[in-house]
Amino acid sequence: MTKIVLDPVSRIEGHLRIEVTVDDGVVKDARTAGTLFRGFEIILQGRDPRDASRMTQRVCGVCPIAHATASTLAVDDAYGVADAIPDNGRIIRNLILGSNYLQSHILHFYHLAAPDYVDVAAAAGYSGPDAGLTKVAGFIAGGELAPFLPRYEGDYRLTKEQNLAAVSHYVTALEMRRKAHEMLTIFGGRMPHEVAIMVGGVTCTPTDDKIAAFLGYLSDLRTFITDCYLPDVLMVAKAYSDYAEIGAGVSRLLTYGVFDQKPKTGPLGAQRFFTPGLIDTDLNKGAVDPAKITEAVKNSWFDDACAGSPVTSSTKPSPAKDGAYSWLKAPRYDGHPTEVGPLARVLSAYIDGKPEIKALVDATLSELGATPAALFSVLGRIAARAIEAKVIADAMVDWALALKPGEPCIVESAVPDEARGAGLSDAARGAVGHWLTVKDKKIANYQLVVPTTWNLGPRDDNDVPGPAEQALLGTKVKDLDNPFELGRIVRSFDPCLACSVHVVTPKGDEIARHIVT
Amino acid sequence: MAQEIPAVWVQGATCSGCVVSVLNGVSPDITHLLLQQLVPGKHVSLRFMPTVMAGTGEVAMRALDDASAESGYLLIVEGSVQVGADGAYCMTGEVDGHERSFASEVERLARKAMAVIALGTCASYGGIPAADPNPTGATSVGEFLADKKIAVPLINIPGCPPHPDRFTGVIASILMRGLPEADALDDIGRPKCFYPLIHENCERRPFFDAGKFAQKPGDDGCLYLVGCKGPVTYADCPIRKWNGGRNWPVENNSPCLGCTEPGFPDAMSPFYTKISDLDDLKLTF
Repeated sequence: MTKIVLDPVSRIEGHLRIEVTVDDGVVKDARTAGTLFRGFEIILQGRDPRDASRMTQRVCGVCPIAHATASTLAVDDAYGVADAIPDNGRIIRNLILGSNYLQSHILHFYHLAAPDYVDVAAAAGYSGPDAGLTKVAGFIAGGELAPFLPRYEGDYRLTKEQNLAAVSHYVTALEMRRKAHEMLTIFGGRMPHEVAIMVGGVTCTPTDDKIAAFLGYLSDLRTFITDCYLPDVLMVAKAYSDYAEIGAGVSRLLTYGVFDQKPKTGPLGAQRFFTPGLIDTDLNKGAVDPAKITEAVKNSWFDDACAGSPVTSSTKPSPAKDGAYSWLKAPRYDGHPTEVGPLARVLSAYIDGKPEIKALVDATLSELGATPAALFSVLGRIAARAIEAKVIADAMVDWALALKPGEPCIVESAVPDEARGAGLSDAARGAVGHWLTVKDKKIANYQLVVPTTWNLGPRDDNDVPGPAEQALLGTKVKDLDNPFELGRIVRSFDPCLACSVHVVTPKGDEIARHIVT
Repeated sequence: MAQEIPAVWVQGATCSGCVVSVLNGVSPDITHLLLQQLVPGKHVSLRFMPTVMAGTGEVAMRALDDASAESGYLLIVEGSVQVGADGAYCMTGEVDGHERSFASEVERLARKAMAVIALGTCASYGGIPAADPNPTGATSVGEFLADKKIAVPLINIPGCPPHPDRFTGVIASILMRGLPEADALDDIGRPKCFYPLIHENCERRPFFDAGKFAQKPGDDGCLYLVGCKGPVTYADCPIRKWNGGRNWPVENNSPCLGCTEPGFPDAMSPFYTKISDLDDLKLTF
């Protein structure tokens, strides 16, 4: 029995620790834990409900738009204007969120995940015409290789030519993700932490010059996604085809759907570009009932009273609690651990028969000689991200062209004395929900259930492990000194830890002891 | 060969928005900063930076310890330092079975640093984690170092997020001319060149002077009545703008949130409520 601790897990957002026990080369036990706590749900109490969309963006600098969106949907709901958002406001919200998706997916593949698969050292001695490779070769010749070394060694499988192409695209992708943020800023005002999305619509207005600038950036991004991102994902998938067979986890997927195509009329929208669904490995799709979302806390450092529905739950610490090992709660849908993320959205659309998704998924599977079952894997998550990036980027052209300069972007609203609101949407990395209670015109309670809590949360009341824990269990680790498999599996979820930790009130020094044990 | 300037970037109570913002720099961009000589003859060697570094777990922590074995590195701190619960609210990583708190790492690393850059409002002034009721005892890097009696040059680069040009500009300035003279920083540790008063440079100042005020968010006109904190906030946003000069909040009909100030967010909120009566502002220009 060997214990392997990865702390910190780098190339993710936030602070994550994973601990596995390996016996005879196979993972027998796995625990995932967040290692930063701030206290947003406590800090939000007593504030103006409109401030929540500004404050909750600071939960996460990688996916702030998802929080602005969920928070504003919740406030729209509480203020009674959810069905009154003008088309311009609805579309601009989608364009801002869509831009953030593209930025997030490109960043995830090239800058966070690819260093596990692509050998940057292949650029050493490069003397050709590629500007990006020339920069990297010059960097390597300088002899100071941080932050690209040190790293795990021994399982880089691409050919030299493949590595060179991928490293060149790594450099181009830095520019592309930056451009996605510049595109977002045309309507968002600034990024990270945009300022446009607020109750009733958006503050900005569309004009033809802004639409043209947006379309210019989008054109460059679409070209990059089609010519580089999708082919590079296929290249990696072919060289690491065994990763289509590991990391499946719970194989039970949830999406709330995202990108409202009509004014929202219910908790999950009237018509979303990606539709809500609960999906299993046989590609059956069920309806989503928000009332079936609960959080368990048996293995989390929370008072047992904090379990239950996020509509009414609370955040009270219990740092001395026996057996607990995580500050994340354990979300469950209908009592079961459930994975969220791009794979859920893509399969939801695939089952719907959405033509552009179906064509891309089928073409990808055909190219790899795989069946849909192979999508429930490390590679499936990575491929789903690239596929939806292309489909979203293409659709954003139509959305931008549907803007109507001169027409309203926001409706007036007033804070109610008392109300409840729910905002359910999907972040780039999966289903995100904000629940809000207003009393005396101020926030009385605020709860978030976010993608990485779903995916990286701990065991539940029945000691059933969470999705990432299950994805690690049973994995063969070839080299205990270079456990590539663990990082690759965990990063395929695109974890965002800052989002996921529920924060608590300090109760004294005992907390330290329980975190480090 | 270029002179290598070792740097270590640690993350505490942060959303990672600071590092994402730094990735958004245009000129210099992130490749100029990481891959090339930011200033001819000098290369910043970023030995530890969790969001981008290849190494994970012990490999990463070994890189951190190797980098900090000798003094004289640049220490970049993103996020506030949580001193509640003996620092247990934030961990940097584990070495030899011992998990190290972020607070203890900042204390250890700062003692041997050439200078400390507090990047972002959380590191500079506490920021959102320190907002009422400050559940985790979050504090600024400056207050933390003062409490530990560690005397090391400190430069605050606030902003939620900080503008990438402010960060790369400070680094380049250090490479070209050494650490800033005391009079280059304002009384709360910000480089004066990046932090002029927003209200003096705002394109909507003529509306303010003429009394043409937006009545609700989304309206044209001066945003004072809908909560703009520009009259009391120091930052070069109206001049520099954001994301390649594309836009900035006021141009987007959104009030300035005052995110570069020590009072952010508590003294700056409710965000959509005017800060004070005009007479109380005591504007001096």
